[in-house]
Amino acid sequence: MAKKFDDLVDFPILSMKYKTRLTKKFKNRKKYEEPNPNNILSYIPGTIVDIFVRKGKKVKKGDPLLILEAMKMRNQIVMPFDGKIVAIHVKKGDKIPKNFLMIEVENTGK
Amino acid sequence: MSLKKSILDLRKRREKVQKGGGEKAIEKQVAMGKMTARERIQALCDKDSFTEYDLFVEHEARDFGMDKKELHGDGVIIGTGTIYGSPVCVFAQDFTVAGGSLGLMHARKITKIMDHAIKMRVPLIGINDSGGARIQEGVNSLAGYGEIFYRNTIASGVIPQISVILGPCAGGAVYSPALTDFVFVVENITKMFITGPSVIKTVLGEDISMEDLGGARVHAETTGNAHFYAKSEKECFDQIKKLITFIPWNNEQKARAFPPKPPKFKGKIENLIPSDPRQPYDIRDIIRAVVDDSDFFEVQELWAANMVIGFGRLNGETVGFVANQPLVLAGVLDVDSSDKAARFIRFCDAFNIPIVTFEDMPGYLPGVDQEHAGVIRHGAKVLYAYSEATVPKITVILRKAYGGGYIAMNSRHLGADFMMAWPTAEIAVMGPEGAANIIFKKEIESSDNPEEMRKKKVEEYKEKFANPYVAAAKGYIDAVIEPSETRKFLLHAIEVSENKKVSQPEKKHGIPPF
Repeated sequence: MAKKFDDLVDFPILSMKYKTRLTKKFKNRKKYEEPNPNNILSYIPGTIVDIFVRKGKKVKKGDPLLILEAMKMRNQIVMPFDGKIVAIHVKKGDKIPKNFLMIEVENTGK
Repeated sequence: MSLKKSILDLRKRREKVQKGGGEKAIEKQVAMGKMTARERIQALCDKDSFTEYDLFVEHEARDFGMDKKELHGDGVIIGTGTIYGSPVCVFAQDFTVAGGSLGLMHARKITKIMDHAIKMRVPLIGINDSGGARIQEGVNSLAGYGEIFYRNTIASGVIPQISVILGPCAGGAVYSPALTDFVFVVENITKMFITGPSVIKTVLGEDISMEDLGGARVHAETTGNAHFYAKSEKECFDQIKKLITFIPWNNEQKARAFPPKPPKFKGKIENLIPSDPRQPYDIRDIIRAVVDDSDFFEVQELWAANMVIGFGRLNGETVGFVANQPLVLAGVLDVDSSDKAARFIRFCDAFNIPIVTFEDMPGYLPGVDQEHAGVIRHGAKVLYAYSEATVPKITVILRKAYGGGYIAMNSRHLGADFMMAWPTAEIAVMGPEGAANIIFKKEIESSDNPEEMRKKKVEEYKEKFANPYVAAAKGYIDAVIEPSETRKFLLHAIEVSENKKVSQPEKKHGIPPF
């Protein structure tokens, strides 16, 4: 007789469902989320050394929002389009991980 | 000096240098749960077989008070020995001497034994236990690393190269092991990373322990950097010795043949497979059922476990197995498993080891993470490695062989020499459900009872196409065999392909999708 195995789950591939085990990596994989252009995320972990805008302020495309220092480089984070600052989630001196929501903005261009 | 005196003098000199960093440093090494470099070499090589070179080498550094420092052997032991009678070149960094740090002469000793290994065409085993570059020697230690990497690359595919990480191996030092064929790690002892936890903490503010960042388990399970994982140094040396029995000395030879032994497995192989094709089984049980003495030596057991790779013997001769594992992720091909298989195939091809492929996989793993992680270019590595390989290539299709995966897993179309299929094989462009849904879309949708119609059409498709006979009718499969005939056919294939020769267009080298 074929052996019986523990920890089997249903695993759909195309239209078939297989009984199998999962790997740690598969279980820990990140679900895809559609990027929201209104969320300014950190693209590298680092420290906020300066913030140039306040909540409610209107900013033009290319205007500097803040400085994120990482790997000894001061990275200027700029406004991606004409718009308004909706919320600021960081303050000077904050150490933040990658993909941290720093600023929420709103597009007023169109 | 009289002859006797000079012999005594030699003994005294030897004794002094062989103590490495001295008793205190040795005590520290033992307290860390580690063997000394000398003990490691003794544990690895056949008794009394190790011959040391360059025992009396001294460093030449003059800056930062280095001129007053005596570093015995400059922190590394090199030499030649045998493992079960097979000659090997060995270097072992001695952590008790200046933390095994790599200076110019230390590197010279390593490159010397590497050159020796390349010239003598014997395997190289490097035992790494080093704090990294010797800062006082500045750019000289960087030069040393570079010269080691260069030789690792030149030796690649000429002699088997084995790295054993028995201590820290950080920064640039990690790239020598990364360039070698097999990396051995040991729980609580191995520490391997480019930047350590303290740098990560200061630069990025991320907290992580040494073990979680680059411990043995991480490299064996998550990164895929390690090929063999052991709980103790003793177990690790036993693994290395076993590996040496399966691989040849160099690329012009075959692995040593052993007296043929029947498998220990005495049951019926078909009973290992569940009748429902959606139920899993452990592919390693099938491999053990066909190899000599049921002895299967698995490589990278913990990483990308949906693909199984490793060595076994058929009639005493080493073969490499590449097999889908239905027990993990249904045996799908994905980024990591493609990488794992491709590299192993290339090792086998470089060292004249026939490749046996056991196929049972539903296709590639769907998902945004896979697509964005580059499953296209990683998956291509498998196609490249199989197509390029000129060693005997044998495939047995056990159950599912769908779509792109069927082509990738050493199909006839990529140059397989022997294609066999069990009667349970389903060789098709996709699974019956999916195929029926597409082909009979109209009939299903326009039916009064679509569900009923779908079932009927799926059955119809299964009946007609989910079998090995369509492919066999085209000659894509050489033989449909009973599971119990598998070993017999494999032995025959190995026998027939003894003198296999293929000629390919001349080129400098191919450009695999690394």
